Amino acid sequence: MSQMPGQDLDSLYQEIILDHYKRPQNAGLRDPFEAEVHHVNPTCGDELTLRVHLEGGGDDAVVADVSYAAEGCSISQAATSVMTELLIGRPVHEAAAVHAEFLALMHGRGTIEPDEDVLGDGIAFAGVAKFPARVKCALLSWMAWKDATTQVLGAEPTPTPSQSPDQEEQA
Amino acid sequence: MEGLLPDLEVIRKDFPILERTLAGGHPLVYLDSANTSQKPQVVIDAMVDHLERHNANVARAMHQLGAESSAAFEASRDTVARFLNAPSRDEVIYTKNASEALNLVASTLTFAQEISTEAATFGPLGEGDEVLITEMEHHSNIVPWQLLTQRTGATLRWFGLTDDGQLDLSSIDELINERTRVVSLTWVSNMLGTVNPVREIARRAHEVGAIVVLDASQAVPQMPVDVQDSGADILVFTGHKVTGPTGIGVLWGRRALLDQLPPFLGGGEMIATVAMERSTYAGIPHKFEAGTPPIVEAVGLGAAVDYIDSVGMAAIRAHEEAITAYALDGLASLPGITVLGPQTAHERGGAIAFEVDSIHPHDVAQVLDSRGVAVRAGHHCAKPAHARFGVQSSTRMSSYLYTTPAEVDAFVEALAYTQRYFGTTGASA
Repeated sequence: MSQMPGQDLDSLYQEIILDHYKRPQNAGLRDPFEAEVHHVNPTCGDELTLRVHLEGGGDDAVVADVSYAAEGCSISQAATSVMTELLIGRPVHEAAAVHAEFLALMHGRGTIEPDEDVLGDGIAFAGVAKFPARVKCALLSWMAWKDATTQVLGAEPTPTPSQSPDQEEQA
Repeated sequence: MEGLLPDLEVIRKDFPILERTLAGGHPLVYLDSANTSQKPQVVIDAMVDHLERHNANVARAMHQLGAESSAAFEASRDTVARFLNAPSRDEVIYTKNASEALNLVASTLTFAQEISTEAATFGPLGEGDEVLITEMEHHSNIVPWQLLTQRTGATLRWFGLTDDGQLDLSSIDELINERTRVVSLTWVSNMLGTVNPVREIARRAHEVGAIVVLDASQAVPQMPVDVQDSGADILVFTGHKVTGPTGIGVLWGRRALLDQLPPFLGGGEMIATVAMERSTYAGIPHKFEAGTPPIVEAVGLGAAVDYIDSVGMAAIRAHEEAITAYALDGLASLPGITVLGPQTAHERGGAIAFEVDSIHPHDVAQVLDSRGVAVRAGHHCAKPAHARFGVQSSTRMSSYLYTTPAEVDAFVEALAYTQRYFGTTGASA
């Protein structure tokens, strides 16, 4: 009964993913932020509260911070951690391009060769794309980020830097 | 091992899927039967035979195939009625699944003008009326009652749970009162495994004239169920958990109650006559079976209940209890495992939800699957029950009449492997 795991399992649970799972980056909810969203995965119950703070407006808008509180499996937790590392500090238009690249990778059913220059640690999720049931785990935070960012840009075309919408503690 | 089905190896040969191997050459260890059961060859054959030789619509086709198909469909109803010890075959109504059956009850009660039970007359439901459910219900026995109470203004009330996963009956005298119109609860919890004292609760509910609805989705597959002895006014279950096909569920109800409920879905088959100004309705069961019913599914369901009945429901219950006890022992042999619900097999059905320290249920199920062990991970459509125990989600293994002790061994071994894989073995934190 001591067979080696299938190759698939190790391609899913890359070291990078397990590292991020055990030591999540940028975790916690922080001020300031312009939008906060709560996303759930209704089939498994994973939950994520995510805040986005943008600085600058229009084409110069920059992802100044992405903070979060999450409960979920290793894949969803690690994906959130990797995403914040990739997106914080980037101009929004660049971040959107990374988002698109990650989505394409996840929907590629394992046929897409990930571009490390764009996705950094995100390439570790290439194996997840071969497990259709887990793709939604990896995408939970990315969808939440897009939702929150769209809310900020839609509601406030030129967000005022460092302004928190209100001082209520929502988390 | 005492209690195991004596012909277990023969029974396993009845289920062709159990011969399967999965990726990596691992034999299938199917421990997700509370989710859906596997199907014996006799059910598969009955359905194929019907489609190959007897297929026609029922009740309206004036030809030989129509007569054969109608006879097969109605024979299935006879079989199910006999299996449940229903006083009348007409009290057996076919639905799409247990969810639809529960929605049928809640929806028709929403519109019922007046209902008389042995101890009360009430209706239409509104403010001041109460519907009582429990915190261990499957979402399908929660949401329909939320809809009913939101639509009528009635109040939804809940039996709480004790720390060991039993219904908290300490407040039963207050919860079941003269305002209680419906008490709807699960017989066996799909998450905690708890077997509820339904007869006693039904007795109390009937004293105040309330209608008793039993969700028997996890009970009918694994224990003898006699609807007349159960105390239920309405009892529902689904075909695919009793070795039958998906797409068919059963609602049994007392005629006196069903006759008072308005129709559910309108359409063909459920009418007596239709005129442009109004229609009159067929009697039960057809009043609640609008449209072409699940014909081949009914044939499959009839074969399925014949099959488990021939094995014997008391014997299946004994088998489930033996396997469950063995699995509880196996789980107790590993560090960092917390079993939710009652801790002894005789208090519970054959589904065991548990937590593994520091490993998310999704990850547990994923690694088990890589070893051929199929379990369920998530909230099992019982979020309030999970919330009650402060758990977001859990892993669940569930056995059935074809489950062997060796499969439980493989499951426990795979679980130990999972802990090693994630480096949490012996973690005492």
